[in-house]
Amino acid sequence: MAQKSFRQALNEALHFEMGRDPRVIMMGEDLTGGAGANGVKDAWGGPFGVTRGLLDAFGPERIRDTPISEAAFIGAAAGAALTGLRPIAEIMFVDFAGVCLDQIMNQAAKFRYMFGGRAKTPLVIRATYGAGSRSGSQHTQALYPIFTHIPGLKVVIPSTPYDAKGLLLQAIRDDDPVIFLEHKMLYDTVGDVPDGAYTIPFGEARVARDGKDVLIIAIGRMVQVAEEAARKLASEGISAAIIDPRTTSPLDEDTLLDFTETIGRVVIVDEANPRCSVATDISALLADKCFDALKAPIKLVTAPHAPVPYAPNLEDAYIPSADAVVKAATSIVKR
Amino acid sequence: MSALQLSHDELVNVYRTMRTIRRFEERVMQEMATGDIPGNTHLYAGQEASAVGVCLQLRDDDYISSTHRGHGHSIAKGVDIDSMMAELFGRASGTCGGKGGSQHIADLRKGMLGANGIVAAGAPITCGAALSAKLLGTGQVAVAFAGDGAMNEGVMSESFNLAKIWMLPIIFVIEDNGFGEATANAFVSAGSFTRRAESYDIPTIEVDGTDVFSVYAAAGEAVERARAGGGPTMLHVHVPRYYGHYSGDPDTYRTPEEKAAMRRERDCLSNFRQRVKEVSLVETAELDAVDEQVEAAIGRAVSAARAAPFPPTSALTTDVYVKYL
Repeated sequence: MAQKSFRQALNEALHFEMGRDPRVIMMGEDLTGGAGANGVKDAWGGPFGVTRGLLDAFGPERIRDTPISEAAFIGAAAGAALTGLRPIAEIMFVDFAGVCLDQIMNQAAKFRYMFGGRAKTPLVIRATYGAGSRSGSQHTQALYPIFTHIPGLKVVIPSTPYDAKGLLLQAIRDDDPVIFLEHKMLYDTVGDVPDGAYTIPFGEARVARDGKDVLIIAIGRMVQVAEEAARKLASEGISAAIIDPRTTSPLDEDTLLDFTETIGRVVIVDEANPRCSVATDISALLADKCFDALKAPIKLVTAPHAPVPYAPNLEDAYIPSADAVVKAATSIVKR
Repeated sequence: MSALQLSHDELVNVYRTMRTIRRFEERVMQEMATGDIPGNTHLYAGQEASAVGVCLQLRDDDYISSTHRGHGHSIAKGVDIDSMMAELFGRASGTCGGKGGSQHIADLRKGMLGANGIVAAGAPITCGAALSAKLLGTGQVAVAFAGDGAMNEGVMSESFNLAKIWMLPIIFVIEDNGFGEATANAFVSAGSFTRRAESYDIPTIEVDGTDVFSVYAAAGEAVERARAGGGPTMLHVHVPRYYGHYSGDPDTYRTPEEKAAMRRERDCLSNFRQRVKEVSLVETAELDAVDEQVEAAIGRAVSAARAAPFPPTSALTTDVYVKYL
């Protein structure tokens, strides 16, 4: 299978689906990057190069560079989804959802329910998230708990190039509003990605590694951290399983519960702030549904309850580390 | 002059729709007092000529979005009053199966994209509907109704900008009743609304919203421009608001004399009766007959709503997603 980057996998999915379905359009800031300047139309292919080549392939009617006005264009994407198009709207950094949260949580997420089931909103909102790029507190948050909390939204957080492509194709074909979150620090990671189209269903966790002594549940980029931790644990004779939920809404409760029942020791690794988070949510689920199978307390390895700092040493300390995961796992295995 | 452009039957229908909205609202106020309509609601009475004058220019498949004060727009766009009343009573037979309520009445089959509990939120959504119409080549236009309060929300300006740069087939209808909730517009709005839109190169028309013919003429110009690819228009419609901001509003910020004068001097229904009488187009007796028919229809809607079952408890968690897993 061909080796491709996370970025390239996403780009292939966008190209494929826009070619297949003329109702799919894209809108966002700088999607084409520098359109109109000196006749250059596709200068960067988007701020992270994900949308490169789409303008040439599909034209400015379907690849729309928007004004810097998230409330207007996310709202327009929601309205277009309600009336026959299948828009993909890009929020450059998910932090900017703050200026258009109304359109996400009060509008798109609510149409179907408020209208008594007589509406569908096939909208995908793509956004980057995550710490590690020295970008400061307003460009680095992991805000998926906010979206996961809201019924009506589906939340997708891929961790590998293969999953990125399959989950994005699934998201575009889904008839509900989907928040699709891409970690900035994953764009250059490389993995096996088939050339053709394929979809990955929502609500099916990926077993990234099998093991018997401790279960590590990791979200998004934290899957990499968990894998590094698992290698270290293996060298100490501890066998760790890793599960990547891939979607936090819907959440594959069955797989999480099955592995917890079997292994009995759980570490949850989450880059988001710890209060009211996906980590606390999964922890509560496991404690509620399989308390008797637990041989030790569930351990959470998360960012602190603080904004993402700028100073490199502070930002590095902010992001959950493999060593912290190893320490947490060891503490419950050798208990 | 505009009155003469409408046939006798059209005139009767304009009157019927305005009267239906008025009686619907009066009856809702009455039913709120009995407690049978839960919560609270925002009444449109006094503004009927705006919704009716605009919607008369629209095709059945054209889009509108509304505000928290959404009953009049829904009725003017052709949403069934029986299902609307049932929705207000929270019944399963309601427009939204009882899950929406007053502030969320929507009927996509009628191009009605929803009342909205968030001020100004309908503007960008309607831009999206206009974009759909443009890209799918359907020839539809979209109308975003909003109040004067909405004009001070930033998303309104963002929507003007988007509508203009994308040359969307959209009409922004700003129904200015002089109050954002309970605060007089004069206290909270700088400059002029039309100049705000004009600064985006959006043509504007200022209209007396108690005169359905003026609204109809202005909307006609705007709809024609939108359908011809000429982009957005903003109508600034001056309307009275007969009731307070919401059904429980004591409305003490206006004097009884002020309110009485408003109902006496700025009533679109008497205004209409006067105009058609002047040109001898519709007999007064015919309009009186319409009043009786409307009264009976509203009565039937209320009886049917009251008799209808509430949604089953199992409906609590349905319609959240098309398909979750």
